[in-house]
Amino acid sequence: MQFIRKILSSARKALFGDPVRAFGVVSVALLLALAIAPAKEHFSQWHSYQRHYLALIHDRGEAVSLHRRFQPGIHQIWLPELGVTDRCTTCHLGLNEASLADVTQQPFRKHPVVPHPLDGFGCVICHGGQGAATTVDEAHHSERAGEEPILPARYIESGCGQCHQNALLGTPQLNLGRTLLTRYGCVHCHAVTRPDGSKTLATDHPPSLTHIADKTTREWIFSWLKDPQAYAASTTMPNYKLSDADASDISAYLVNSSTAQAGDTAVASVKPAALADASAGPSLYGESFCSSCHAVQNAAGNLVGGDVGPELTRIGNKAKPDWLAAWLDNPRIYDATTPMPHYRFTPQQIVTLATYLQSKSDSDYGSGVHLEAANTKQIARGRKLIVELGCAACHEMNGVQKPENFAPELSAIGSKPLAQIVFLPGMEHSLPSYIGAKIRQPRAFGASVKMPQFTLTPAQTDALTTALLAQTNRARSMPDSLRVAVTPETDYQPAGHAGKLMTELACFSCHRFNGRGGDMAPDLTWEGSAVQRQWLTEFLHNPNTLRPSLIRRMPRFNLSDSDNKELTDYILTVYQSPSIDQELAPSASNAPEIVEHGRQLFYSKYACQSCHIADTKTDKGYIGPTLTQVGSRLTAAWVYAWLRNPQALRPGTTEPNENMSEDDARALTAFLMSLKGSSGHGAKL
Amino acid sequence: MMRPFKAQFILRWPAWVSLLAIATLAGCKHAAPPVAGLKAMAVGNAIVESSGGHQVGVIGTALKDPLVVQVNDDQGTAVPGALVRFRGTAGVSFDPAAILTDSSGQATTLVTLGTVAGRYRLSAITQGKSKPATIDIIETALGYQQRVGSILADKYCSRCHDPESSPERVSNYDNLEVKPHAFTDGSTLNKMSDADLTAIIQHGGPALSRSALMPPYGNTLSAADVRAVIAYTRAVADPPYEAAGTVYARK
Repeated sequence: MQFIRKILSSARKALFGDPVRAFGVVSVALLLALAIAPAKEHFSQWHSYQRHYLALIHDRGEAVSLHRRFQPGIHQIWLPELGVTDRCTTCHLGLNEASLADVTQQPFRKHPVVPHPLDGFGCVICHGGQGAATTVDEAHHSERAGEEPILPARYIESGCGQCHQNALLGTPQLNLGRTLLTRYGCVHCHAVTRPDGSKTLATDHPPSLTHIADKTTREWIFSWLKDPQAYAASTTMPNYKLSDADASDISAYLVNSSTAQAGDTAVASVKPAALADASAGPSLYGESFCSSCHAVQNAAGNLVGGDVGPELTRIGNKAKPDWLAAWLDNPRIYDATTPMPHYRFTPQQIVTLATYLQSKSDSDYGSGVHLEAANTKQIARGRKLIVELGCAACHEMNGVQKPENFAPELSAIGSKPLAQIVFLPGMEHSLPSYIGAKIRQPRAFGASVKMPQFTLTPAQTDALTTALLAQTNRARSMPDSLRVAVTPETDYQPAGHAGKLMTELACFSCHRFNGRGGDMAPDLTWEGSAVQRQWLTEFLHNPNTLRPSLIRRMPRFNLSDSDNKELTDYILTVYQSPSIDQELAPSASNAPEIVEHGRQLFYSKYACQSCHIADTKTDKGYIGPTLTQVGSRLTAAWVYAWLRNPQALRPGTTEPNENMSEDDARALTAFLMSLKGSSGHGAKL
Repeated sequence: MMRPFKAQFILRWPAWVSLLAIATLAGCKHAAPPVAGLKAMAVGNAIVESSGGHQVGVIGTALKDPLVVQVNDDQGTAVPGALVRFRGTAGVSFDPAAILTDSSGQATTLVTLGTVAGRYRLSAITQGKSKPATIDIIETALGYQQRVGSILADKYCSRCHDPESSPERVSNYDNLEVKPHAFTDGSTLNKMSDADLTAIIQHGGPALSRSALMPPYGNTLSAADVRAVIAYTRAVADPPYEAAGTVYARK
């Protein structure tokens, strides 16, 4: 102590011994104190990056202009309307410098070309992270309460999804994720509300189980519940990892509570023995274009066919023969809202097709399943399990109510604070990794987690994660002017007997009318303006293909003449475009010289033969519809309007707008209308 | 007693740090640390690509198809149980980064490309009998604009420009009298300036005195769309496209 006191007193004497010296020391101390702030800035991280940047641009060809645009100090993009205070450009100095395109060193890279100006939206809206931070760690990796680390590049499309609720061309991953969200039925259990308040609605069609015992056996239900993918690899039904006892009890309840439906089962009037030809089944299956909607696994294990309806690889294991026959006769008796058309097959056709489908079975599937008859206790337990697992959130069934908000709402999952998340050991502490892991293996987060195991590819999991990350709080606080809403499906319903026919034939499963329907086949909202009566009548009787390269095609329905006329009348009367007036449109001249002029234009100036076939002998164009009989199919007014501006009639069509003059369009129309084909039916291609 | 100790400590810590740094650097300089649980059971002499090369992916995401390489011995017979390591430029990741070849001598990995658009040179290495055997694999990552271009090209262009035909998507290439150039045909397209490509896309083949079979897309695609399509063709060009940009002279 003595020693220290001695040192202190000598130090005091040395520093403040006399007033002049004391003044000098205080001044130096003051100067040092004043220097702290500039020194801190000088030695700061961003300042060092700015020095590096200057060194980088120093030797480059455009050094003078790069220098001129460089401003020292902290930069900030401030957009109060969007809640943006981004200082990222303090270090990321080359974002807007086109001449730095070859620089790969961060933080000086040029920003890739995107549709939005950087200073109009800032950085954090898309990339996440802390915009106001001025150190790398704080800006990129902060995990503090209320803060989020930067978003990995693979999920960057979620940034777009905050404003853009519609499908964008440049965001296939986000679009896929949103489709999966509705297609895999996630939204049956999890509510996902868009920022504008509209709800995301499921687009899958989980079958009603109220008459399930008519359709299949308890043994099949058991095998299915144990492992849905073992029956159909492509099914969206998840695996609940049920024990044998659980699956047995649930199947017991379902069969026990099922009520018989009149007309659900039909005893076939034609005996299978009457089938003369073994190839009749496959050819009827092909002719009816069942594969446009249903897939079947081929010998190589690949799925061939569409994904609108269920996979039929092992349908013989599932469907009871009588039910299948009744379903093929009229599917709307069993399920009034099915996307499957009522084909109006003849009894002979029903037997042919049913026998063929029954043969699609796997003798090994479910062969080891032998269930004892269930007692009331087991049935009651089955119901309890159904309630616990939330089966009724997707499937309608007898005796169990559809649960409301069965699973946590995901409307703002993209802003879930990290502090609220329980991560698994060894997991990266970030929201994307949590969401991804939860989708991949929900039960890894605890045995009590009810969410089942979905079968998704890594790309699908990433897409779903992207779609969910777009559900942020920021998206809700965005100004309305920035929101791009999704166009909701209309509830358009055609009227009268024709409307009933269109529902029965399930036209809406493939075609779109007035904003409702599928996208497998052309939008027919203005079909009445486009086609001629005779052609339409014949087409509805026997649809000939228009596009030779298409696989999915219009099936043939056995429509009666009166139903056909009803439908033709309705289409020609109701689906008329207001912009096409058959009377006022320039009439197609049939003067030979004008037709010849049109032919010249077709083959030389516009070279339409690169995509279309007007003459099967010379033309090979395989992309657009074949035009050999277009004069018997389309109206002159439609052809003329189409030539002038195809996108105006069908947005998104690949036919290029050639900016055709009126005269050229008139001559081409004359030529096209002269192509009447050999007969009314035309050559089948 | 206290002072000398303190001084010693203070003097020592930079030494510790530098030692540690040297050790770390030395560790990096040496071959990658042995992969836990993986030990080569056999040694091949050559490595060849089976599939998964020349893919076009998207920055920061996994390539669609896995990369598969095969290890062979001198006679060209597949070697099972050989250790294969995958390497790539910064930002590329492999799942897994090292693996033993399977019973057919093949090693499979999923590749995630980095966040910069462009070509990536990856390599697969196996320990040979005398020296390591290596193979280089090229993959391409598309940025936002290039991918928009690829989607547009898929819709509007590839039916004619891509000779590959499948039952799901029949190519029109064979039906055309004047054959269009594939977008990967760098030897032709690299010689055309952006302005020329813009002209032919917007105004059709006749704009450059070429075939009228190429229709004009100027009224169908926006200027940004056309720029995106060009950016895409530049990205997939083989041989690679080199922009005729500023030449930077060193002082």
